[in-house]
Amino acid sequence: MSVSSAHILARDVHVEFPIYGGRSRSFKNVVLRAATGGLIAEDAAHRVVVKALNGVSFEISEGDRVGLVGHNGSGKSTLLRVLVGAYEPVSGSVDVQGQVASMLNITLGMDYEATGYENIFVRGVIMGFKPSEIKPLVEEIVAFSELGDYIDMPMRTYSSGMAVRLAFAVSTCVTADILLMDEWLSVGDESFQSKARERLRKLVDQAKILVLASHDEALIRSNCNKIMRLSHGDLISFESC
Amino acid sequence: MALSKNLSKALKDLSDGVAGIHVWPMLAWQEVRQRYRRSVLGPFWLTISTGVLLGAMGPLYGRLFNQDLAAYFPHLAIGFVIWMLIAGLINEGCNAFIAAEGLIKQTPMPLSIHVLQVVCRNLIIFAHHLVIVAVVLLVFTPEFGRGIVLVPVAVLVLAANGVWVGLLAGLLCARFRDVPLIVQSVVQVSFFLTPVLWKAGSLGRFDWVATWNPFYHFLEIVRAPLMGQPVPWQSWGAVFAMTAVGYVLALAFFARYRARIAYWV
Repeated sequence: MSVSSAHILARDVHVEFPIYGGRSRSFKNVVLRAATGGLIAEDAAHRVVVKALNGVSFEISEGDRVGLVGHNGSGKSTLLRVLVGAYEPVSGSVDVQGQVASMLNITLGMDYEATGYENIFVRGVIMGFKPSEIKPLVEEIVAFSELGDYIDMPMRTYSSGMAVRLAFAVSTCVTADILLMDEWLSVGDESFQSKARERLRKLVDQAKILVLASHDEALIRSNCNKIMRLSHGDLISFESC
Repeated sequence: MALSKNLSKALKDLSDGVAGIHVWPMLAWQEVRQRYRRSVLGPFWLTISTGVLLGAMGPLYGRLFNQDLAAYFPHLAIGFVIWMLIAGLINEGCNAFIAAEGLIKQTPMPLSIHVLQVVCRNLIIFAHHLVIVAVVLLVFTPEFGRGIVLVPVAVLVLAANGVWVGLLAGLLCARFRDVPLIVQSVVQVSFFLTPVLWKAGSLGRFDWVATWNPFYHFLEIVRAPLMGQPVPWQSWGAVFAMTAVGYVLALAFFARYRARIAYWV
């Protein structure tokens, strides 16, 4: 449900990934470590941890269009996943007010053995909707994706372009307060692209908050009013542009 | 403080999961269909292959153990079908979170959804196997007592236990990748130690193998009434005790480590 004001507040967010190799991930090692005490216990102290976000704090309010920039591995995708609600920070807190739509992986959950029609519902449910909420949108989704009779065929018979067109049509059929994107979505051939651009534009414009991660500075400057820079999991700067 | 907050988050995850009744049955169906898509009989292939297996095993073991087939075959067939449900819940519960990696890392779905999906999928497969039970009952027609009405309840109790097993095993297996292999071999050995092929009470002084076997009691609450036998009260008692202990244990682990699962898978 839409709330009156969309808002994101992050306070001192830490995210660390433990890296378990074949060694420490095995049960044997933990049992042995408990049994032998000292020797292998060093292993525990030397556990490799990747710090993906290192005490990040920020506030995003309604109307903000945030461009997330940083080199590979700077923590952009991790931050997006924290905002989606998939990762809970190891310490610190994130408060997200408003309905979130994630464009991080628009084909997530789609089953290539199932028909396009079935996949509309699978995608919709994974996005957090009830089948009864998806039903009235189906016709429009099918029309937009230009799949025609293919919609009743298994998705494995689709070309990759067709599959993405369907995924795009489903993922963008809704409105949301907060829109999260990892790179600008660009799908289909030339004629479809302009149509898709227009649809995405509408979605972005009606969203109260946009967080867009990208390596393309020009794209960010034309779409965002704030830039958040991450480097090695640290927030370097967060300012208007 | 942190403990009660974790516990309430875990309970919320569980109740949100159960409330997602439009999600997990759909994902479960999708997975069953995916496995058998493009085959004419679909999941009924499972029914057929289990039926053929039992058709061969029944007379063979009946002869080996010198049993009257009319009494032995229903015991074996019904027991085996229930065992498949129990084993499926445990073995697939191990992979509940590992298999859902993509969804766990990219969506805010409650984690219990993935466990409920496993339980639901196994119930769907069990429902296909019920054809075998129906045929066996039609052929061998035992006299049902009043206990028969408790069979659906007993199956639901099994499923409810599948939920805590999935939460606990799924969590441990996501963290320690050898656990699924350990569990698998334990389940495999348990098949032979549980009165499926043989009958409880036939081991003499070694009968504790059955009476102290947790699987036996889960099996018995479903099988005994179908065979027209009374369920020993000890079996219901053991089942309720294990359900209670299981949920306490699973919730303790789930509350403590729920937030870590996304980092482990």
